[in-house]
Amino acid sequence: MSNKITIQQVQHIANLANIPVDDSEAERLAQGFEETLETIEDLKAVNTEGVEPTHQVTGMENVLREDIVDKSRTFTQEEALANAKQTHQGFFVVPRIIKK
Amino acid sequence: MLNTLTLKQALDKLEKKEITLQDINSDVKSAIEKLNKDLNVYLTLNEQKITDQETTAPLAGLPIAVKDNYCTRDLRTTASSTVLDNFIPQYDSTVITKLKKAGGHIVGKTNLDAWAHGSSTETSQYGRTLNPRNTDHLPGGSSGGSAAAVAADLCLASLGTETAGSIRQPSSWCGVVGLKPTYGRCSRYGVVAMASSTDSPGPITKTVEDSAIILNYIAGHDKYDGTTSNQEVPDFTQFLDQDIKGMKIGVVYTDIEGLEEIKELFIEQVKIFEKLGATVEFVKAMDPHHAIGVYTIIQRGEVSSNLGRFDGIRYGNDRSFFGHEAKNRIMLGTYTLSKGYADQYYNTAQKVRTLFIEDYQKLFQDYDVLISPTSPGYAKKVGVSESSAMFGELEDMLLEPSSIAGLPGISVPCYRDPKTNLYLGMNIVAPMFREDLVIKVGDAFEKNTKWNTWRNK
Repeated sequence: MSNKITIQQVQHIANLANIPVDDSEAERLAQGFEETLETIEDLKAVNTEGVEPTHQVTGMENVLREDIVDKSRTFTQEEALANAKQTHQGFFVVPRIIKK
Repeated sequence: MLNTLTLKQALDKLEKKEITLQDINSDVKSAIEKLNKDLNVYLTLNEQKITDQETTAPLAGLPIAVKDNYCTRDLRTTASSTVLDNFIPQYDSTVITKLKKAGGHIVGKTNLDAWAHGSSTETSQYGRTLNPRNTDHLPGGSSGGSAAAVAADLCLASLGTETAGSIRQPSSWCGVVGLKPTYGRCSRYGVVAMASSTDSPGPITKTVEDSAIILNYIAGHDKYDGTTSNQEVPDFTQFLDQDIKGMKIGVVYTDIEGLEEIKELFIEQVKIFEKLGATVEFVKAMDPHHAIGVYTIIQRGEVSSNLGRFDGIRYGNDRSFFGHEAKNRIMLGTYTLSKGYADQYYNTAQKVRTLFIEDYQKLFQDYDVLISPTSPGYAKKVGVSESSAMFGELEDMLLEPSSIAGLPGISVPCYRDPKTNLYLGMNIVAPMFREDLVIKVGDAFEKNTKWNTWRNK
């Protein structure tokens, strides 16, 4: 099976992943995708009929904790904002996503 | 040159008051000044003072190198990506909290493949690290900086992380010891997430003994990581210097295509186990080529989800700062998880993962541990990773089956090429939570062969 990936497909995925990609990089990414998809094609040769998937290996289920504040790891407002590029009166400033 | 001491030797000498911590630190500092510029091991050196708490704890304030994907309070943490160029964590990851409590002092943060995506350190956005054993070659990765820091004696021991090979493969290429604990043995809290279902923090050290010592302090349940286990953490040093007589060792993957260069050398090394009274049998395991597909799909998928958090709002730069390899992996994961493809790729991969786990369960009915070469060959030359989008997966093929199954493994040096000064590693794998077995067998191999640099000075 051929896994031809077009630049348009790459740009569509880039949009979904919110990563800016120019056309020359999209071309390089398309080649990488094709190489990767070709390698993983080999899984089709494995008979998985009736096999249950493994999503994690620990065997643990529903690990819960009480919904209470753990002060030992609570940031102060100053700490929480310490790495933000832009803040306003103690809040993060986020880009506008709804058009005016 | 006290920087060339092993962790254990340094602890013993400190206790006997033969040397002081200042003597060690001054030698480590000179070695860093001399070599770091060329090797590019440390991205950030720690200027924080050693605390009294650290010097009075078991590890006595000794210098430990830490991979730059562990969040370290007030110490820049980049994951080798310019997305996090100016990121100063406001908290320590759990493993770092434990290390500090045990008295380990962070000497600096080591280079890695950006976001730990790779097996060369060549995808680091801060330049590649060179292999201290031979600087025409790569250190491997993704924990290449930590492995190189140990090999070049720029620390006494280090911490790495492994998702599928990232502790053991660079340890093999740099001729040092790397222990990948069972998934869930060490907390992932505060480690920059890559593939959450396989990420495993662990030590990279000069000897197996040092790995056992470090693991003692960093292992254990963490209420901040729901996947850490409640399994009791034994004192791992009690499995050193043990008789391996009667143990059953299975040798796997020696018949795989691509191992021709090292096959005979490896098989020669295995004979020591028979001399020590263990039974050694060559045995067929499930084809590790399939693990490449499983791991690639799972890893890319989990990456696309995990790296969604980097939005440049709360910390770090925006998403235009991702390097090529991160874009490659995020977007491939986005693709394979998208509607219409998830069943074809992701769900199939998780089923084949089950088959690998079942294959191991079967093999472990007959064998205590399974061994194989760690990597299909010696450290590759600089520049080689740039040629292939699948470079790392091919280099890590022999490690990926045990990683997707969550098993513990250790890589110990098992050969040195006299012409190139490059090393081969032996990978020893045991059932879940049986780090005791990989330590026991790895320690026996190390002490009965001549390949460990620090035991055979």
